[in-house]
Amino acid sequence: MQETRQISLERVDEIVNSYDSDKEFLIHVLQDISSEYSYLPEPCLRRVTEKLDVPLNEVFAAATFYKAFSLKPRGKHLIHVCLGTACHVRRASQVLSKIERRLSIKTGQTSRDLMFTLETVNCLGACALGPVVMVDGEYHGQMTQGKVDRLLDRYTEAAGGKHDPEKS
Amino acid sequence: MILRSPEELESLRKSIIGRRSPNKACITICSGPGCQAVGSAALTRAFVRELRKKSIDSQVDVKTTGCHGFCERGLITVIHPTGVFYQRVGTEDVEEIVSETIVNNRIIDRLLYTDPATGNKITYEKDVPFYARQKRLILGSNSLVRPESIDDYIAIGGYSALSKALFYMGPEEIITQVIESKLRGRGGGGFPTGWKWDSCTSADSEDGIRYVICNADEGDPGAYMDRSLLEGNPHSVLEGMVIGGYAIGSHKGYVYVRNEYPLALKNAGIAIHQARDYGLLGDNILDSHFDFDIRVARGGGAFVCGESTALMASLEGKVGRPRAKYIHTVAQGLHNKPSNLNNVETWANIPLIINKGAEWYSKIGTEASKGTKIFSLVGKITNTGLVEVPMGTSLREIIFDIGGGIPNGRKFKAVQTGGPSGGCLPERLLDLPVDFDELTKAGSMMGSGGMIVMDEDTCMVDVARYFLSFLKEESCGKCVPCREGIKRMLEILNRICRGEGEFGDIELLEELSQSIMKASLCALGTTAPNPVLTTIRYFRDEYETHIRDKACPAGVCRDLFECFIDETICKGCGRCKKECPTGAISGGKKEPHTIDVNQCIKCEACFEVCKFEAVKKGTLKGVVA
Repeated sequence: MQETRQISLERVDEIVNSYDSDKEFLIHVLQDISSEYSYLPEPCLRRVTEKLDVPLNEVFAAATFYKAFSLKPRGKHLIHVCLGTACHVRRASQVLSKIERRLSIKTGQTSRDLMFTLETVNCLGACALGPVVMVDGEYHGQMTQGKVDRLLDRYTEAAGGKHDPEKS
Repeated sequence: MILRSPEELESLRKSIIGRRSPNKACITICSGPGCQAVGSAALTRAFVRELRKKSIDSQVDVKTTGCHGFCERGLITVIHPTGVFYQRVGTEDVEEIVSETIVNNRIIDRLLYTDPATGNKITYEKDVPFYARQKRLILGSNSLVRPESIDDYIAIGGYSALSKALFYMGPEEIITQVIESKLRGRGGGGFPTGWKWDSCTSADSEDGIRYVICNADEGDPGAYMDRSLLEGNPHSVLEGMVIGGYAIGSHKGYVYVRNEYPLALKNAGIAIHQARDYGLLGDNILDSHFDFDIRVARGGGAFVCGESTALMASLEGKVGRPRAKYIHTVAQGLHNKPSNLNNVETWANIPLIINKGAEWYSKIGTEASKGTKIFSLVGKITNTGLVEVPMGTSLREIIFDIGGGIPNGRKFKAVQTGGPSGGCLPERLLDLPVDFDELTKAGSMMGSGGMIVMDEDTCMVDVARYFLSFLKEESCGKCVPCREGIKRMLEILNRICRGEGEFGDIELLEELSQSIMKASLCALGTTAPNPVLTTIRYFRDEYETHIRDKACPAGVCRDLFECFIDETICKGCGRCKKECPTGAISGGKKEPHTIDVNQCIKCEACFEVCKFEAVKKGTLKGVVA
């Protein structure tokens, strides 16, 4: 199970204060909260609206407009499959389908055991290695369907035991 | 240390160079996006360890630099001062490189690059054909400087253009030089940079506030030159911005970096601090009474934020939606103040123009497109990497002479330029000289410089569909033609790719394209149909085959082919059977296997693992791939 970090509104205050409570830094504030919790918890967003004096609808608009943000908790490991053009012509979509099958989730979803969240990215700028899959910021190049199993095994084994998507 | 005059900058430069021995051995490791991904950090650590083990760490420098450009052969390691070029270097090679090349001055043959055209091994970096045919005015410095060292940048003449601009040129003269250089914006639009600066300078601002912005929201898939520049040589971009700020009369600049580029963000931040520490940024730069500071902002992962008005909205902490440009951003941009936005590569060109002069600069390139352009050459290409060539170089030279052509003996089909707003150009246009106007005439565009090569295994209808699904996701939803139009076009393409295309679909796509191009609010919409229109224009037969014959000649569209095993080739090794996720493959040991098409989900896992190329894709009409 993922260790759910205790949500701390004091931490939100610290983040907002580090930007001098300037509205211009709303996206930065959200980025920082997101890297703290891997998603944007609702209480934090409400606190941001108070501290920055920005209406909740504007905070919500930014939180849902930008791809970097998620309103739902994400898994322990974040998988990004690059779907840039170079990766696309090298059949990245087949690699993505393979990961979806292996984790029994669709793109944008989190596995039931909260181990993995699967997302796509428009381009990672490592086109020589296409198709590229990034797990927790680490690049894995020239991916094939065969390599997907070996790659994900590493993470599940590290967590102790084979990943079973059916188990909640 | 705060530098207080051009002379102090010069004497610092001399003292940095004086401290460094030009003959000292230096192991330079590329740490561009491609090389990082294959472990440049671990390689650097291994070199440092090995040198220490041999107690020669004081005699040899180890330098990790930005992208050298030849990503295909990463990890790249160059030994200076000789310039020995090693490619595909791993940590297991470190000991040998140190003991052989560094200590005994012997070349390690197996790490050299082999020119596929001649079969010859190439020892020195300058002789590698991939580099030898380029003109690396901007990118060349990447391999000379450590991104996090301002001293490295100053040592190669960095910030001399700034001091020249501040003390020996007035703002007007700088703008005149940039106008005369005929530099055009490298972000895609190709607007003359000097004239943009001129408009921003003359725009009214009650309180005199003007902004200078660097657009590093490089969102085009398959393009990473801005990333490589900002990560590898951030000071060149900052220097350009300070010069721009001085010319325009601005005191505040922003660098807007794409969310997916954390290292660019970090390196730009380090560079800003260092420049401030030397008094090259901040108050009273070089004691010239000119103040200018720069802030780095991080995007949130929205493609549309590469558009100027959307980017400025995002900088204000708002949702990045574009606005109509009845009033240009040079008049009213960020916080409704005159704002001058240029792309990373454009800014990096400025110090060069100031140092060498407009006359020198305008001799490079074609009549209307001057200077060099960096392209990221990717896709089905032998030498993936960043290529910098003078404007006007033909596609053929870039793809075949520098890029080494198509790998695995496949045939060239198309090259896609300009990202999702660009188009696909066929083989017969390979001799097209690449500049802003020629590409536009051919129905594509320069864009930011992505160049994606496609071979015969690429389906052009699928490529058009790919770009539209990308743009459908990235459309901000503000205007109807873009939001709804792209969606409808994508629905049609999805139908065609499923084998449900109807006669009249091509014409309907063309009609919708016209409406979207005419009525959309920003460039995302007005250029969105380009990939569809160019693929129809140059590859209409593929659309027709999909619609009429319900077939995908390249074997990409899953609903339009079946997988089967050629019994005459299959050795019955069983690998495909083991890999098949649905158990669709059957067959005894050493006997030809067969695929049950009813169970097959066309994941191509069997295709991938078969060593004998026995798995084929076919339609009722015959084998396609």
